[in-house]
Amino acid sequence: MMRFLLLFSRQGKLRLQKWFTPIPEREKKKIIREMTTMVLARQPRSCNFLHWKDLKIIYKRYASLYFCLAIENHENELLALEVIHRYVELLDKYFGNVCELDIIFNFEKAYFILDEFLLGGEIQETSKQIVNRCIESSDMLQEYYCEGETDFPGTWRKL
Amino acid sequence: MLQRFVNTSNAMSPSVPLQEMIRAIRSARTQCEERGVIQRECAAIRAQFRQADNGGRSHNLAKLLYVHMLGYPAHFGQMECVRMIASPRYSEKRVGYLGAMMLLDEKQDASLLITNSIKNDLSHSNQYVQSLALCTLACMGSAEMCRDLAPEIDRLLRASNSYIKKKAALCAVHIVRKVHDLGELFAPAARSLLAEKNHGVLHGAVVLITELCERNPETLERFRKTVPDLVQIMKGLVISGYSPEHDVAGISDPFLQVRILRLLRILGRNNEAASDAMNDLLAQVATNTDSTKTVGNAVLYETVLTVLDIKSESGLRVLAVNILGRFLLNNDRNIRYIAMTSLQRIVGTDHNAVQRHRGTIVDCLKDQDASVKRRALELSLALVSATNIRSMMKELLLFLSSCPLELRAQAASGIFNAAERYAPSQRWHIDTILHVLTTAGGDVRDETVPNLIQLITNTSELHCYTVHKLYRALLSDISQQSLVQVACWCIGEYGDLLLRGECQETEPVQVTEDDVLDALETVLQSHMSAPATRGFALTATMKLSTRITDNVDRIRSIVSIYGSCIDVELQQRAVEYNALFKKYDHMRAAVLERMPVIEKNSPGHTNGESTREAVKEVQPAKVKQAETLLPQQPASQVCDLLDLLGGSEEPLQPNPAVGSTLPVLPVSTSSTAGGDLLDLLGGLEPTPLTPAPTVTVYEKGGVTLTLSSEKQSDSGLTVTLTACNSTDSDISSFTLQAAVPKSVQLHMKAPSGDSLPARGAAKVTQMVALSNPNKVNLKMRIRISYTSQGSAFQDTVQVDSFPEH
Repeated sequence: MMRFLLLFSRQGKLRLQKWFTPIPEREKKKIIREMTTMVLARQPRSCNFLHWKDLKIIYKRYASLYFCLAIENHENELLALEVIHRYVELLDKYFGNVCELDIIFNFEKAYFILDEFLLGGEIQETSKQIVNRCIESSDMLQEYYCEGETDFPGTWRKL
Repeated sequence: MLQRFVNTSNAMSPSVPLQEMIRAIRSARTQCEERGVIQRECAAIRAQFRQADNGGRSHNLAKLLYVHMLGYPAHFGQMECVRMIASPRYSEKRVGYLGAMMLLDEKQDASLLITNSIKNDLSHSNQYVQSLALCTLACMGSAEMCRDLAPEIDRLLRASNSYIKKKAALCAVHIVRKVHDLGELFAPAARSLLAEKNHGVLHGAVVLITELCERNPETLERFRKTVPDLVQIMKGLVISGYSPEHDVAGISDPFLQVRILRLLRILGRNNEAASDAMNDLLAQVATNTDSTKTVGNAVLYETVLTVLDIKSESGLRVLAVNILGRFLLNNDRNIRYIAMTSLQRIVGTDHNAVQRHRGTIVDCLKDQDASVKRRALELSLALVSATNIRSMMKELLLFLSSCPLELRAQAASGIFNAAERYAPSQRWHIDTILHVLTTAGGDVRDETVPNLIQLITNTSELHCYTVHKLYRALLSDISQQSLVQVACWCIGEYGDLLLRGECQETEPVQVTEDDVLDALETVLQSHMSAPATRGFALTATMKLSTRITDNVDRIRSIVSIYGSCIDVELQQRAVEYNALFKKYDHMRAAVLERMPVIEKNSPGHTNGESTREAVKEVQPAKVKQAETLLPQQPASQVCDLLDLLGGSEEPLQPNPAVGSTLPVLPVSTSSTAGGDLLDLLGGLEPTPLTPAPTVTVYEKGGVTLTLSSEKQSDSGLTVTLTACNSTDSDISSFTLQAAVPKSVQLHMKAPSGDSLPARGAAKVTQMVALSNPNKVNLKMRIRISYTSQGSAFQDTVQVDSFPEH
């Protein structure tokens, strides 16, 4: 399974953190520091895989953001790179030419998208279109009821 | 200003209050200013939380979550999350659940409070609300929550739409990870999910089944029946035409393919029938998958791992290793890296197959990337053998001279091990070690110095060559401590050979006594020399007093100068040596004569308590070092251990050494004055050795097999097996074979013999060197075969625990 996903800028500022196992707050901060230090120190054309404790760290840089995914030792590193890429594609489709600012100012949406793609440290949906459609529907649900109505249409179903 | 963030085609409208706050924080110019902004905002948020529902609750919580991500405390938002989750509004639920996942974890009390909400939302009429509950449960569900909600999840697994089913499957995975027993509950539903067409559900089902099989062997047995179904699904993915919904660079749903391959691996492991059933499919995937993009290689990689782990037929295995070979030549560094990690895993079992790619692997030693270099080093060391030792060593030494610092210690010790095992000649061995010491002397382990000294003493025909070489090395560089120590020791021991000038193996060089003493004095006086090194140099100088003729006075004066040295260790030595010159001059020759050949450490020796201590004492070394002077490595020559293992009382005799007839006298480095020398002279009787603990592992038909083990290093163990025959007839063709768990490396040394005479007249011993780098539970299966009275016997015994030395 995947253990955590971190997004941080070239200056080491955290933009998103998703933890797939329960970890105390202090420990999380420590891990974030270690990850940012380790990844930012890597040479430009290095291998995208690192070893850290008993995990494999897969990282990839997209423009000004580093995506850092920790997987267990028996997982497929090359597929992890594809997972990262898929998430970036989903963000890109949603925001339209996504950039770091989009993720800063709409971080909660970045989480919502992530939560439709991954779940409990595993891949939840392998189709890009389905994820996009679900996010759209949830957004519409939220929009539609922002006006103050308090109950849901019982038959609102869309896939 | 807000235009930038307003609706793109499908994004929902942004939260204005949230974005205003984010901008305010970002425009702060200093950390202090930022803190100020955040404090103000948090105060406002707290106030808002206390107020009644004002429609802006979700914005407030979102603000708090942003602040939390910047690293500021946000625990006061926990209860707000709980309230929001219970809200009937979807927008509030959404942010509430997000907040719960970010701020709460199973250890906090507040998390218990949301259990009820989750339970209710799991059966909500709207699937997006159900989805929120499922997501949160799978993210942070505690064991209790899991137990509570498991039946509900099972229900959702069976009767809901695909959207919910796929999430329920992964929830079930989380539940099983938290509460192992609940696996049984989900097995039937998991089985039926394999018939679904929806890829999301299929993927979830495969993950769930994998989890169940990994945890419970019985469940694994039952799920073996699904292999044909899985093969069918895989075939569908591989052969099917273009499917826009799941296509990634020409591969149809690579994520699902990889998960199915992994499940097949688990089901096919150790099972012929299952492995057969998947053989064709694996061959098809291996040959048909497009390997031009990473995604194709990801699938190929998983296929290779599966082929190598199940009971595949040899043709398929060869195909897999060849794919790895192709990966090694790939331009993409990532691919080369994983090729090497995979080859590393099979270098023990498919050694010859991996050897074929040795050239490429050695080339990777020159790669720019540190991770690739590391893998290449490990793999290269694993591929060293008696046939390729010379060429491999050239490459490894080249690597050592330019490798990154963090790899040097590993490279140096790997080279030493390889040299020890496969050295084609003594001279080559010594040359290699000297080369390493010159290049990376600072990174070698402490035992290297005594090991090398011992190796040199044993190679008496090369003493002249060695001392010349070391002298030259000393002249050029005195900064590498280990090298300098060995050089000083040799010059002290074999200085006479150095002065003789002639040497068969190297060009002769004229060395005068003054030259030699100059060199040693340089070491003594240099600020680069460590205290231990100076000790070596001083003792070497002293030893030369019996090997040179003209400059004894010079030595006398050096020694007396150091009699008032600030360094206590040096001072003590100098005082003792002074005493040797004055009061005990008649003993000087005997005390300082040539060292006998030191026997390599064999089980049965305890460091610091054996007679070897007497031999070691004359070595110039710190007291602590004296105890570890005996090399820790297992003997490469077969030692006659019959006497030692039985815990016999026979005193050890030092082996006859060059020119020595008297046993060496112990000189304790902890004695305070020259007077004590006299007392120690009386204690010439060697003490009996304390033998290593032995365990009887086999006793049948008159044949007894005992085992003793000694730890050589963190992952190395030397095991000695001793066999004895108590019957009335002789036993012949006695052989032992051993097998160990997969990741453990085994090296059986030659046995002492193959016949066991009757009535325990003689024993057979065999040493086995084990290396357990992964620290797995060490077990060994031993097969005993022999012939007695014309019939052949064979038996097997398993050893589960090893007596620790």
